Amino acid sequence: MSDGMFGNLPVIEKRLMDVKLGELGTWLGGRDFTPNGLLSAVRRGHDRYYNKYINVKKGGIGGIAMVLVGYVALSYLWEYDHIKHDRWRKYH
Amino acid sequence: MLSRLVVVSAHGLKSSSPLGAGCYVVSRSLVQASRSLHTSSQSRAPLPPLPEKGGQVRHGIFPEEIFQLLYPKTGVTGPYMLGTGLLMYMLSKEIYVINHETFAAASIGAVIIYGVKKFGPSVAAFADKLNDDKVAKAQEVKDVSLTSLAQAIEDEKKEQWRVEGRAMLFDAKRNNVAMQLETNYRERLHMVTNEVKRRLDYQVALQNLHIQMEKEHMVKWVEKSVIGSITPQQEKESIAKCITDLKALARATQTSATA
Repeated sequence: MSDGMFGNLPVIEKRLMDVKLGELGTWLGGRDFTPNGLLSAVRRGHDRYYNKYINVKKGGIGGIAMVLVGYVALSYLWEYDHIKHDRWRKYH
Repeated sequence: MLSRLVVVSAHGLKSSSPLGAGCYVVSRSLVQASRSLHTSSQSRAPLPPLPEKGGQVRHGIFPEEIFQLLYPKTGVTGPYMLGTGLLMYMLSKEIYVINHETFAAASIGAVIIYGVKKFGPSVAAFADKLNDDKVAKAQEVKDVSLTSLAQAIEDEKKEQWRVEGRAMLFDAKRNNVAMQLETNYRERLHMVTNEVKRRLDYQVALQNLHIQMEKEHMVKWVEKSVIGSITPQQEKESIAKCITDLKALARATQTSATA
């Protein structure tokens, strides 16, 4: 993945926050969805989170608490079809 | 707190993973995304120091950035209203269903929050102490090696100073040797003169002896020849002369005694 210098680059290479709404389609089309690309994206995300919240001198509970809350939320999402049957009312 | 223990253990992991060792990133906010400094996994630049505090989170799970994002438009209570509204929506539409698991989650949440609030600072202090011990150990190693190297420099300088003194040492030794040679030379000179004098004395004594012996021999020979030359005739004459002389002397003394 080519992470070039920050500036006015072709659309594909901008960061997500800098991509305008109209360019979202082209941006998505240009991203690297090969396994290697996905893995490197995961690795980059992990490094970002790790170096911001965990790899510091005085970290707080937020570092892992956010990971755990995210895990809880994601597992709830995956189980929703099963949990749907415990609803109290049929019509909302 | 707990993340500090993770740091203590994850440091080991991170340093052993080749991918993570190179791409060391420091990110401070959501907008500034991560940058990898080098394309290869090995980098020679010195590592930047660890940031003091991590990204801020409020209530343990909400990153501060959300609050900052909403502050210009909605002020301080914006995110809380958003949270309340979302919660109400999810409850009323039963996107979040209240069942037995809700109760379990609430109890577990209460226990966790109580534990974190009560034991958080002490665990944090403990983890900080562990980190500080590690740093102190590394620092000590560095200091020890620094002092030993400084000591080595001092010793080296001392050796250099000693080398300067060596010239004086050699001069002193040279003087000693010269003196020894001188005394030896003079001794031998004395010896030579003594020997020469002895030999010359011997020759002189020899010559004296010769002269003396010749003298004695001559005297003896003269005596012997004189005594031999006294014939009996001469002996009688001399004895008769002696008797007449004695008589004359006796008469002289007689007359002098009676006179």
